[in-house]
Amino acid sequence: MANFETVTVNTDLLIVGGGMAACGAAVEAAYWAKKNGLNAVIVDKAALDRSGAVAMGLSAINQYVGLKDGDNTLTDYVNYVRNDLMGITREDLVASIARHVDGTVHLFEKWGLPIWKDEDGKYVHEGRWQLMINGESYKVVVAEAAKNAIGIDNLYERVFIVGPLMDGDRVAGAVGFSVREEKFYVFKAKAVLVAMGGAVHVFKPRSAGEGLGRAWYPPWNSGSSAYFTLKAGAEMTCQEVRFIPVRFKDAYGPVGAWFLLFKSRATNGFGENYMQTNASELEKWVPYGKVKPVPANLRNWLMMLDVMDGKGPIYMRTEEAIANIAEQYKDDPKAYKKKMKELESEAWEDFLDMTISQAFLWAATNVAPEERSSEIAAAEPYFIGSHSGASGAWVSGPEDLQTDETRGEYFWGYAHMSTVKGLFCAGDASGASSHKFSSGSHAEGRIAAKAAVKFIIDNNTMPNVSDETIEGLKKEILAPLDRFAQFSKNTTDPDVNPDYIRPKMFMFRLQKIMDEYAGGVTSQFMTSKVMLDKGLELLAFLKEDSEKLAAENLHELMRCWENIHRMWQAEAHVRTILFREETRWPGYYFRADCPEMKDDWKVFANCRWDPASGEWEMKKRPVYQIFD
Amino acid sequence: MPSYVNPEKCDGCKALDKTACQYICPNDLMVLDKATEKAYNQDVAMCWECYNCVKICPVDAIEMRGYADFVPLGATVTPMRGSDAIMWTVKFRNGMLKRFKFPIRTTPEGSAVPDGGWDTGTDDLGDATLFTEPGSIGLPEVPTLK
Ligand SMILES: Cc1cc2nc3c(=O)[nH]c(=O)nc-3n(C[C@H](O)[C@H](O)[C@H](O)COP(=O)(O)OP(=O)(O)OC[C@H]3O[C@@H](n4cnc5c(N)ncnc54)[C@H](O)[C@@H]3O)c2cc1C
Ligand code: SF4
Ligand code: SF4
Repeated sequence: MANFETVTVNTDLLIVGGGMAACGAAVEAAYWAKKNGLNAVIVDKAALDRSGAVAMGLSAINQYVGLKDGDNTLTDYVNYVRNDLMGITREDLVASIARHVDGTVHLFEKWGLPIWKDEDGKYVHEGRWQLMINGESYKVVVAEAAKNAIGIDNLYERVFIVGPLMDGDRVAGAVGFSVREEKFYVFKAKAVLVAMGGAVHVFKPRSAGEGLGRAWYPPWNSGSSAYFTLKAGAEMTCQEVRFIPVRFKDAYGPVGAWFLLFKSRATNGFGENYMQTNASELEKWVPYGKVKPVPANLRNWLMMLDVMDGKGPIYMRTEEAIANIAEQYKDDPKAYKKKMKELESEAWEDFLDMTISQAFLWAATNVAPEERSSEIAAAEPYFIGSHSGASGAWVSGPEDLQTDETRGEYFWGYAHMSTVKGLFCAGDASGASSHKFSSGSHAEGRIAAKAAVKFIIDNNTMPNVSDETIEGLKKEILAPLDRFAQFSKNTTDPDVNPDYIRPKMFMFRLQKIMDEYAGGVTSQFMTSKVMLDKGLELLAFLKEDSEKLAAENLHELMRCWENIHRMWQAEAHVRTILFREETRWPGYYFRADCPEMKDDWKVFANCRWDPASGEWEMKKRPVYQIFD
Repeated sequence: MPSYVNPEKCDGCKALDKTACQYICPNDLMVLDKATEKAYNQDVAMCWECYNCVKICPVDAIEMRGYADFVPLGATVTPMRGSDAIMWTVKFRNGMLKRFKFPIRTTPEGSAVPDGGWDTGTDDLGDATLFTEPGSIGLPEVPTLK
């Protein structure tokens, strides 16, 4: 076996992941831990300053409710999320996050994040819930507060977390390895807070050459949250609710500012507005087809109908939007010039702050947005429960947001704790609470961290894990290195070897299965029971071959485990799409054999992998309305 | 647009305690070749083009070349990140130039105080009030079901 030193770290609260949710957790945990004489540790596979989905920066804070100024109420936010998710949402969780998110945004501002203000000193909104920011250093600022709170001695960077340590039905910590030195890490803790983001590259991306890495979602989030919680035996929810963003084609630049700020339209290749020409389709999806704003997946769906009819490409009509703005200033050329300069700068900042590739693509194709439209397209499916998807662990809501009806189903003691004792989840790791975005994920990390400290006080013993278990995990986790060392010399090309598979080809095999059988881009997001059954058959072979993964070095060892994580996310997804015998989010995926939304499926479709038997269980959980 | 390193400029971060680009890349792509003491991107098809390596390189040795499978050649997008603002120079394929400057933070680096200056809360571990609340939300108390 590869000769790695085993490093053991004992702590009270372990935070795994270093993104928005984890940084929120660190800030909150540091306070409550200190007060109670406890310790907290945070572990990230990358560098906290620039890790996770916000690594490049963002140009907007997408969740701000505006409670203090009476702009909106909690009910308003819950209504918005419920409708966008076609009725399937945990209102207690959405409200739990929404009531804290403004405070988190106010903290960001104090820490140094520039939030746009108007002449009256009020935040500038992009849309009803979105605030405009100068967000190039968003993550740097948020990470700084986290580090200042928790202390750098409690921060482990470049340690890749593979999976959980368990003591029966209670979580006992996590194991992983350094991607810099030959060290195997064992973190033992009384509670663990999982915040390792969502997943990309489970499905085949549109670009398959150098552009492979330019998915909308960052390539470094690979389903580690889903794997960790599944392997711990946690119940999962909304694993079918993937997210498909419509973005500028190929470089995936954001469209929010164009739609919301510039009031742009999107039209098909014949200049028709599919939101109007296909409006009658919305009737089929009532009541959600009739709400404003039209749910994200239905907007996708009306566009996809045109694409399937051969009416593409689809264009963002930037030149028209700019002309409309010019029209408003036609009597004042000076004011027009000023306005145009402002808008141009805003349009470019929107790209440069969070999708620099899009600015690059515009420059490389000489795009002047005032002269010509740019193509938009539906991206491949991603798992991002914090955005407009909903996948994640099934977690308890806070006690004070339960009704008599919900208490038995949605509450089991500690806010945002999964069904596994001591295992808390936040951000993309926790499900059925969409539309929390960067700010809500940070707020959820804070809520979960406080509850986790309470759990530790109530269960103040170190769980037991035998040395034998740890040795077994070490052997399993490092096995790909041993395999490469053992077999790579048996052929003249280390890439082609009958005894192992390297992680990149393994990933391509997964992506091909998912793309073709589970409704990816090339199957136009369409699938059926027969297709899914076939996909599961092929996934089973892949799972067997995951025991043949080989790694030449530490970097590749990380790639091996990232792809195993993706594979588990894939299986949970396929099984849940199969279980839900209806189509509810037509613009995310379409079950050709059950093409309609059904009343008896207005429930959560949950799944659990049983660590004892290795079997999957599927179950329905009721949807209760708490706010109206 | 995968990153690439200009060998004339890269000095392997010899004067620093760590290789800056290798330290920052969220996808563990930048590595230092021990033999040449120059950095390179070890898997360009996994690069998100987040520009973090470009922004951090102390000698401006890292640049981008558009993903060859969909970006025509000839453009450049170059940042210069200071302590409170970033300057971008965008050069089009047809030679047109645009420059933009945006603020990046309003406080000195390192100065973020976790509680943001708000009073810390009710100190009851059992309720829903977070440590800076209710001050930080600007309401007398955390809203709940009536
Ligand atoms: C392109 C894009 C644009 C967006 N735009 C906006 C916007 O404008 N406004 C907005 O509010 N929100 C936006 N979002 C959403 C926002 O980024 C997410 O909601 C938020 O980042 C989720 O937080 P998180 O902590 O769950 O995950 P992340 O912030 O992604 O953090 C995940 C963390 O886990 C770590 N990690 C992953 N795997 C492992 C492992 N195995 N071991 C150890 N660590 C691991 C990562 O390094 C990272 O630190 C956008 C997202 C994307 C992808
Ligand atoms: S651009 Fe980003 S992903 Fe690409 S090598 Fe640089 S830091 Fe890594
Ligand atoms: S940061 Fe710049 S100088 Fe340092 S190793 Fe990387 S490319 Fe070379």
